[in-house]
This record gives sequence, structure tokens and C-alpha cells, in this order.
Amino acid sequence: MATIVDARGLSCPQPVILARNAIKAARFPIEVMVDSVTSRENVRRMAEKQGVQVVVQQSGDGFKLVLSR
Amino acid sequence: MSESTSERLTRFFASRWGIITAGAAIGLLAPLLQKLGNPANMGICVACFERDIAGALGLHRAAVVQYVRPEIIGFVLGSLIAALLFREFRARGGSAPIVRYVLGVFAMIGALAFLGCPWRALLRLAGGDLNAILGLAGLTAGIAIGVLFLKSGYSLGRATRAPVAVGWIMPLIMAGLLLLLVFRVQVAEGGPLFFSTTGPGSLHAPLLISLGAGLIIGILAQRTRFCTMGSIRDVILMGDTHLITGVGALVVVAFITNLALGQVKFGFTGQPVAHSSALWNLAGMALAGLAFALAGGCPGRQLFLSGEGDGDAAIFVLGMITGAGISHNFGLAGRADAVVDGVLKVGGLSTAGMWAIGVGLLVCLAIGFTMREKA
Repeated sequence: MATIVDARGLSCPQPVILARNAIKAARFPIEVMVDSVTSRENVRRMAEKQGVQVVVQQSGDGFKLVLSR
Repeated sequence: MSESTSERLTRFFASRWGIITAGAAIGLLAPLLQKLGNPANMGICVACFERDIAGALGLHRAAVVQYVRPEIIGFVLGSLIAALLFREFRARGGSAPIVRYVLGVFAMIGALAFLGCPWRALLRLAGGDLNAILGLAGLTAGIAIGVLFLKSGYSLGRATRAPVAVGWIMPLIMAGLLLLLVFRVQVAEGGPLFFSTTGPGSLHAPLLISLGAGLIIGILAQRTRFCTMGSIRDVILMGDTHLITGVGALVVVAFITNLALGQVKFGFTGQPVAHSSALWNLAGMALAGLAFALAGGCPGRQLFLSGEGDGDAAIFVLGMITGAGISHNFGLAGRADAVVDGVLKVGGLSTAGMWAIGVGLLVCLAIGFTMREKA
């Protein structure tokens, strides 16, 4: 079961904090839903720095980032 | 623009070199604007310039700080242009607007106690004004308190997609201000626009140059998400140095440009449009920093967000403009150091100004403790 983090509509830096908490809990894969390019790039940068693989998918009018180790 | 070009540019601007480009551009343009007429160590100051706009509209009566600053207009419209080009313009809002408004009011009261926003704190430092160190220390302290709230679940709640009008109102207000400025519209005696004839408000670079610089910065900052508050917050929150690299580039480039233009003078006292009251430089910026952290962006960032459709950021901007009115009407703003009969008179805050900082800190703490996202 994937961990789902719904960060849509949340402003900076909350999507990053939520995604980071999920990475710390380490229940991969993690799906992070965001609705802006800013959040997408911020979450991607944080995750890649933690050595987590990131795959970005278009999802509705936002993005789904699938994080896995 | 093709999809792949757009994506490549987006990745560049999201990179470290991207943020350095934005910081360096501000660091270069601000001292040049000063050389071309803007006030000393105030090539660009978001708080001061919004305050000048408030004065030009007659929202306060401090005659020396009234001018419609084209830089601010350029920031919003530049961001709008970038957001439209990259298909990122999204009208949105509804994330605790009234709280954001109040945060904007107190952010401005705090910034005007110090006499500058974070951008100007950096530019003052780059011009040799050492009081800026206290301002930046206060800013950092305020942001650190904000980070504690963020870590314990503080949230202003989710914004949702909104009808397109929500996103266009702030850009249209700015376009309207530009028209009023260009055509110097007069509908009543001495109004609606007031222009300082003396003091900082009377000092400005030529309109088109100011506007052009604002547009360039607006475009770069929208793409790179340049944010001074965010830069300090990210370091404290997670040791992320991405944004602060851009801030560093701003200071280094501004310092070199100031040296080249002969605009550096080291010291604490007698600095242009500044006071050397250490405690209130610190406390004023601590209040501003906390308010920015709780609102999710420095004053510049809030302008860029409002240009890409964020109605909540637009409310924060209106809060800051209102705060400028309150600050000057109630005599809360910092008084600059002055030399009277050859004797230095250290400026600082009025008693009311000190109280306002205290009240502002209490209000921001109350907001920090009570705003939580419901699961």
C-alpha cells in the first residue's frame, strides 16, 4: 500500500514538510499530490537530496510525485 | 514556446544557477536604480515602496514618502507575464484571507520600524549600513519562531482554484496605478495622486527604467521563486541552502556594484534613511520575520505570487499597504537618525511604535498557536 500525501492547495513549505515526514516514516512508495510547479520542484529537490527516487506524473490539473527507494 | 523548451527553462530556473541569476540581477539592478535616482541604500525596498504607494494614494499623510513606485508595478506584471508564458497562471485563494491581511499589516509595521524589508536590509548591508546586521538578526529570530510553529502543524489551510477574476485583480490594480502614474490623472484638488517634493519619496529613477527593472526582476523571481524569508526558513527548517544561495548572490553583487559606483559607507550612525537604535531594529524585523514566515513569503515573494494568480498573496499585499497607512498615521514608523545643529540625534521608535511592535508580536503568536490544519 502506498502512503498518500495530499498536499494540494497547501502553500510553501507545507508540501515539503509533509513529504519529508513521510520519507522519515519510510513507508515507501509514497505518492505526493501537489497542484503547483513550485511545490513539485520543491518536493523533488528535497526528496532527491535525501537520496529518494522521484517519478513525476501529470495528475488532473496537478502532479503526482511517486517517491521510492 | 514549445513544451520541451519550457520544461528545460523551468528546470534551469529551479536549479542553483537559476536562483543565483535572480539574486544577482536584483543585486545589480538595485544599486543602479539608486545611482539613477532612487533613495540611498534603497535601490529597491518592497516595504518602503509599497509605503510610498500608500502615500501617493493619500492613505497616509507623511509628505516625504509619496510616490507610485513603478518597480512594484513591474514586479507584479513581470510575474504575470512569466506565469502566462509558462502556463503557470492559476487563479486561487481562500486560505484564511483575513489572517493573511492582518499578518500583512503587522509585517509592514515591523518592517517600517526597522525602515526596510528584508531586501533593503540586504541592500543596506551591501552599502555598509551595519544596522542591517541587527535587522537581519531580528529577521532570523522571527523566522525561527515561525519555523517552530510550522514544525508543530501550523497551517493557514488549503487554497482552492478560484474563478479567474481572483487572479487578475492585483495585476489589474497595478496596471491601473501605472495608468494613473503615466497620465498623472487629476480628478480633484491635489489628487488622487500625491507626489513628494522633498525626502525619499521625491527621489526616483526615470519611470521607464524603474518599470523595466521591475519587470525583469518580476520575471526572474517568478521563475526561480526567489524569497528572502524562505531562504532563512529553509536553512533553519531542513538545512536547505538553495534559496539562500540566491540571497548571497544578491549581497555579493550589490556590494561589488556599490563599490564600483562609490556607494559604500561603513558605519552605524548617520546612514541614509536609517536609525541606529539597535533594539528596535532587531525587534521590528523580528515581528516582520515572524509575520512573513506565518504568511509563507517575504514581501517580494507575495507580490510575485499575486502576479501569478494567488489571491491570498494579493490580500497580504493589501494588508501591507494598509499597514503602511496605519504606521505613518499613528506615528509608529522608525525615525531616521538626524544631525541637528551639528549634533547627531539618534532616531528610533515613538512610544506608540514600541507598543505596536509588542501588540504585533502577541497577535502573530496568537495566530501561530491557533491556526491548525484540520485533518
